[in-house]
Amino acid sequence: MTTANGTDSTTRTGSGTSRDTTAPVLAARDLRVWYGSERGPVAAVDGVTFDVRPGETLGLVGESGCGKSTLGRGVLGLLPPGAAVDGEVRFAGKNLVDLSARQLQQLRGPELGLIFQEPMTRLNPLMRVSEHFEEALRTHNGDLTKDEIRTRALDALRGMGIPASRYESFPHEFSGGMRQRIMIALALVLRPAFVVADEPTTALDVLVEAQIIQILADLRRNFDTALVLITHNLGIVAEACDRVAVMYAGHIVEQGDAREVFANPQHPYTQALMRSTISLSTTGLHYIPGSPPDLAHPPAGCRFHPRCPKAMKVCAQEAPPEVLLPNGTRNTCWLPVPDMTTADGRRPLEVEEISVADEA
Amino acid sequence: MPTKPDTRKTADLPPKGDAAETLVEVEDLQVHFALRGGMIKRTAGAVKAVDGVSFSLRKGEVLGLVGESGSGKTTLGRTLLGLAKATGGSIQYRGRDLAKLKESELRPLRRSLQMVFQDPHASLNPAMDIATAVGHPLQVHGLAKNAEERRAKVAETLERVGLSPAELFMDKYPSDLSGGQKQRAVMARAIIAGPELLVADEPISMLDMSVRAKILQLFLDLKNDLDLTYVYVTHDLASAKFFCDRIAIMYLGRIVEIGTAEEIFANPRHPYTKALLGAIPDPDPHRAAVPRELPRGEVPDAALPPLGCSFHPRCPVAVAGCGWEARDLGALLERHWMAAGEDARLAESALFGHPQELTTAGLRSVALTPGKNATAVDLVELLERVREKTSDDPFWRGVTGIKGAAGKAHVTFAEGSDPRLKIVADATRADRPLQVACHLVD
Ligand SMILES: Nc1ncnc2c1ncn2[C@@H]1O[C@H](COP(=O)(O)OP(=O)(O)OP(=O)(O)O)[C@@H](O)[C@H]1O
Ligand SMILES: Nc1ncnc2c1ncn2[C@@H]1O[C@H](COP(=O)(O)OP(=O)(O)OP(=O)(O)O)[C@@H](O)[C@H]1O
Ligand code: SF4
Ligand code: SF4
Ligand SMILES: [Mg+2]
Ligand SMILES: [Mg+2]
Repeated sequence: MTTANGTDSTTRTGSGTSRDTTAPVLAARDLRVWYGSERGPVAAVDGVTFDVRPGETLGLVGESGCGKSTLGRGVLGLLPPGAAVDGEVRFAGKNLVDLSARQLQQLRGPELGLIFQEPMTRLNPLMRVSEHFEEALRTHNGDLTKDEIRTRALDALRGMGIPASRYESFPHEFSGGMRQRIMIALALVLRPAFVVADEPTTALDVLVEAQIIQILADLRRNFDTALVLITHNLGIVAEACDRVAVMYAGHIVEQGDAREVFANPQHPYTQALMRSTISLSTTGLHYIPGSPPDLAHPPAGCRFHPRCPKAMKVCAQEAPPEVLLPNGTRNTCWLPVPDMTTADGRRPLEVEEISVADEA
Repeated sequence: MPTKPDTRKTADLPPKGDAAETLVEVEDLQVHFALRGGMIKRTAGAVKAVDGVSFSLRKGEVLGLVGESGSGKTTLGRTLLGLAKATGGSIQYRGRDLAKLKESELRPLRRSLQMVFQDPHASLNPAMDIATAVGHPLQVHGLAKNAEERRAKVAETLERVGLSPAELFMDKYPSDLSGGQKQRAVMARAIIAGPELLVADEPISMLDMSVRAKILQLFLDLKNDLDLTYVYVTHDLASAKFFCDRIAIMYLGRIVEIGTAEEIFANPRHPYTKALLGAIPDPDPHRAAVPRELPRGEVPDAALPPLGCSFHPRCPVAVAGCGWEARDLGALLERHWMAAGEDARLAESALFGHPQELTTAGLRSVALTPGKNATAVDLVELLERVREKTSDDPFWRGVTGIKGAAGKAHVTFAEGSDPRLKIVADATRADRPLQVACHLVD
């Protein structure tokens, strides 16, 4: 067995699961994204590897500042100027990381889609819904007639439960939930094969949220759309995602079948995150002491070690390998590989108490 | 956990709610915002943000206000503290009616009545250091003799909310603090003048899950330490279930159900409460992801609320007397056309001469004008066809007649009424009864 860092993972138990046989729509390999800052480069995504298959929804969870949005935008090439990207994002035979802004722009819409959290800032208040669709469709299909556009737009809107009679309305004439659904219809009218939805329901109330989750589920059923769903709501992941990736400080620390990960979280961070979530069965509050590290100066070894209740001496010194566990999940932690560490390395790590001064 | 000193005095507190004194008594509270018409300056109706709400708040309890966006939660919370003006009803607090006091009379009371807002980033002035911001209420209410005493009090309060050591935070600015730390600073400012009632408006919804748990713990600790009473505004039902003693479910400016958190979650009675609880996503991997039955349609316009029960256009179990009107026919046709497709919609909607007849509020009967090449008979036939296709729709329970006469198609609806909040007889807690506003719950 060899130590692997991020890219090529060590397999503990033979081959992967049978589902892995469908070719992925999008495959990220050792993806890295940096931002420049006065404290030095911030490695917001630091060597991340994952696949998304047709019709599959991958949930992306983790505390604030762990790099979820950066990852989502990074794979679509939608990063702010000044950000640097490295690694590989394979999509339709191309490496998106190598494409020019123009080439990426052409893929966006018909191939790649992004759904943002705040619909009001993305819809132009002076443009009717119809004009938004005309703009989106003309950019990619210049020869469509107004009637063809109308038919396709109304189809997409109907799928989101927006009646045809509202086609000529302005954004402010809709509720927040309807605006969000119009945004989704706009992102999906060209039927992209791969979509990133970044907290699409965070500002919405439960009924609207449930509606949107249903719509996203219909989409992948009907059109085989592959989806990365970024959210703070573990309930949504459990209900709407096939697989989940847990991010901590720019790394994916655990990924696998969503039900398996939630039923049997293996990584200490996943366990802590799940314990801290307030759900209907919560009878006491738990939380993770401290906060995620400053990504300009992440801790050595395992980035979670200053907050990990199970940290061992080796954790503070060396980054743990990613291993495939018997239950089919991938886990980046020293605990499941005792044979790769020394007896001394496995001794508990003395951690200082974390005060609220370093709190999130 | 290393965060804060455990100084609970639970034993000294009166038992939760039970025999405790009433702190605030709200009666038939109304907060209507006037709407102004476009060109001509005259009032064009009103948004009934809070429309006849009554409840009592006991000392030491946590009352949750839960409901969809726009249901009036924030407005109700603000009005309780005199931050929004009541247009009717009363709010009794320590022998005074807050709904009738002038701003100058309210000011000294603000010491005891405080609010914490959703967005900690927006509630702190970015140009003011933490010590000044947190000490501000002391200055306003003249609660410190000098700067030194004020600083000492600020330090003590910062420690109490877990911003410890205080010296580390006093001279910082909001931008130096994380979301959770900011919310702690906001809490420090809210408690420094020794309040009795705290209205917390979505205090944790902008925070990530781990930080949420920390801030909620802080709320619990402060409540026990300082003998506070909370009104907790949220649309997060999971945290409301954990945190609240009682919960009021709001819909379009009304309380539609109110009772103990246990009772509401164990046995929701109002159809809207049932819908809300059914929509909560649950991380429990053992629960099957069942396709959920969600109420159709949107929250109605608060300026033109539905007749009868406000929830009737969306209610899956609505009956004849729930307040059906012409607009509901319009909504039914939209649903039908959504399913029937664009060709059917174009052909069928052309039969209607004046589509606005289907969107006008408050019509218990409507005479539909046929379109150019249509007759009243065509309309009646269309409606009968649609009725056959959508016979399960609760809408048809409210239709008493469809007939053609004098060149128009006449549709009439059953007489409806507005269900009042009533005590449910079989509720288990006589001291804190469950109340529900629905014709089906009597
Ligand atoms: N434009 C930027 N310039 C510099 N640093 C940035 C920029 N955008 C994000 N960062 C930093 O990168 C890290 C990851 O941020 P990101 O927004 O991806 O996290 P996230 O997981 O999406 O968090 P949240 O849950 O709060 O949305 C953070 O430390 C953040 O401060
Ligand atoms: N100052 C105002 N002027 C006019 N209308 C208002 C005003 N404040 C609130 N409203 C209206 O009153 C209704 C209730 O709003 P409120 O903010 O109390 O709802 P809420 O339940 O807190 O919603 P949310 O969950 O979105 O915060 C809404 O229709 C809103 O548009
Ligand atoms: S590698 Fe060590 S510190 Fe990191 S999660 Fe595993 S046990 Fe905890
Ligand atoms: S009164 Fe009850 S049954 Fe009738 S619409 Fe309202 S909630 Fe539904
Ligand atoms: Mg983000
Ligand atoms: Mg509000």
